Amino acid sequence: MSTPETTGHGDISTGVAGGDSNASATRITPGNALRPEDIALEVRTGLVKPTEDAAEYALRLGDDALILAQRLGHWISRAPELEEDVALGNIALDQLGHARSFLTYAGGAWDKSEDDLAYFRREHEFRSIHLFEQPNGDFAATIARQFIVSYYQFELYRRLMESTDATLAAIAAKAVKEVDYHRDHSAQWILRLAGGTEESRTRMIHGLRLMWPYVPEIFEDDELTVRGAETGAAVAPSSLRSDFDRLIGEVLAEAGLEVPDVPAAPGGGRHGKHSEHLGYILAEMQVLAREYPGARW
Amino acid sequence: MSPHGNPEVPASSASDVIRGAERVPAGTPVPDATKSESQTAASPVTHAPSVESVSRATDPSAWGLWEVFVRSNRGLSHVHAGSLHAPDAAMALRNARDLYTRRNEGVSVWVVPADSIASSDPGSKGAFFESPQGKDYRHATYYTKSEGVKHL
Repeated sequence: MSTPETTGHGDISTGVAGGDSNASATRITPGNALRPEDIALEVRTGLVKPTEDAAEYALRLGDDALILAQRLGHWISRAPELEEDVALGNIALDQLGHARSFLTYAGGAWDKSEDDLAYFRREHEFRSIHLFEQPNGDFAATIARQFIVSYYQFELYRRLMESTDATLAAIAAKAVKEVDYHRDHSAQWILRLAGGTEESRTRMIHGLRLMWPYVPEIFEDDELTVRGAETGAAVAPSSLRSDFDRLIGEVLAEAGLEVPDVPAAPGGGRHGKHSEHLGYILAEMQVLAREYPGARW
Repeated sequence: MSPHGNPEVPASSASDVIRGAERVPAGTPVPDATKSESQTAASPVTHAPSVESVSRATDPSAWGLWEVFVRSNRGLSHVHAGSLHAPDAAMALRNARDLYTRRNEGVSVWVVPADSIASSDPGSKGAFFESPQGKDYRHATYYTKSEGVKHL
């Protein structure tokens, strides 16, 4: 991290079995990045404990990443080429890593593990927004979703690195580099599909139209984010919109595409109101942990 | 079974099955002799792999093969890491990043179209690589160091 002086957590150089003994949520060295296990240790030993607001906020970001990871994982063995299979799988794993960090930290407020939160909550307890649970559709639809998500997450994490909550800032600092690559990946494919064949262009336009109704929900503020933005711990989603629009617009202009003019879909994901899709995602994701409680793998 | 066949190899071994498949169309009386070749070519068991590789090479929409070279540290050479498919150099680099640098392997990646690489013929191993054998004098260690020469 750029500002190691701001750490307030002390050193946790003992007790990290098989890991890096100097790892800390607030001190990152190159090639030695923050891991969910490091956060879990800090939470367990009482070095960090999120406020109720910070935990709720982390839960939202963690759920977004978790649901997207589950969706993207479905592309394994189904992508157009083996190489793209791996690319989407890598992105899914990055998202899963972010989800683990956020959920581990959030769980610190309620004495719950990342697995408790991922596998043993019910649909209305999930805080992800609707865009993340949208079906993969064809490859272009998935790229459209990736395009929106990666440009949003990059702006979010870039600002969250300045959070007054040191753990949220550390998670964001690690995630922002990964999401930067996700932006590159999706923008590349937007350009290629839009500039490819008539078929690929038609599908790209269709994919963007499918996903765009879920864009407004991303940037809605509510009491939690307003409070969080005031203390500097969280980022107000509405503050990301102008940069998002500008950067998205640049890519779409280069691809010769227009920002879809479609009405907004009703949101509510942040408050547990989900589309019909989430239940099926959770059923598949949670079945093993629920059928065999305590199973280890 | 040929008289030289290994009796311990079961008749169902892969090579035997494939040879058998080729023999069937040739040995079967075919009413129209001109059709026999096309029937052989259509046999899915024996010819599926070659048909696949031909379509890769001739289908313009198929992704080409690229060789990937990764430099693990500053000061070291790029080393061949493997190959991948990509439609062009920009995507080949990204695919290389996804396939070959996932575990902190590198600080730099090169991608080269596979058909740009000329390689030595494995059949000319003797002429190419065995001629230096026994020529100890090509190694610096062959010579005795003269008295008083330092830092050699």
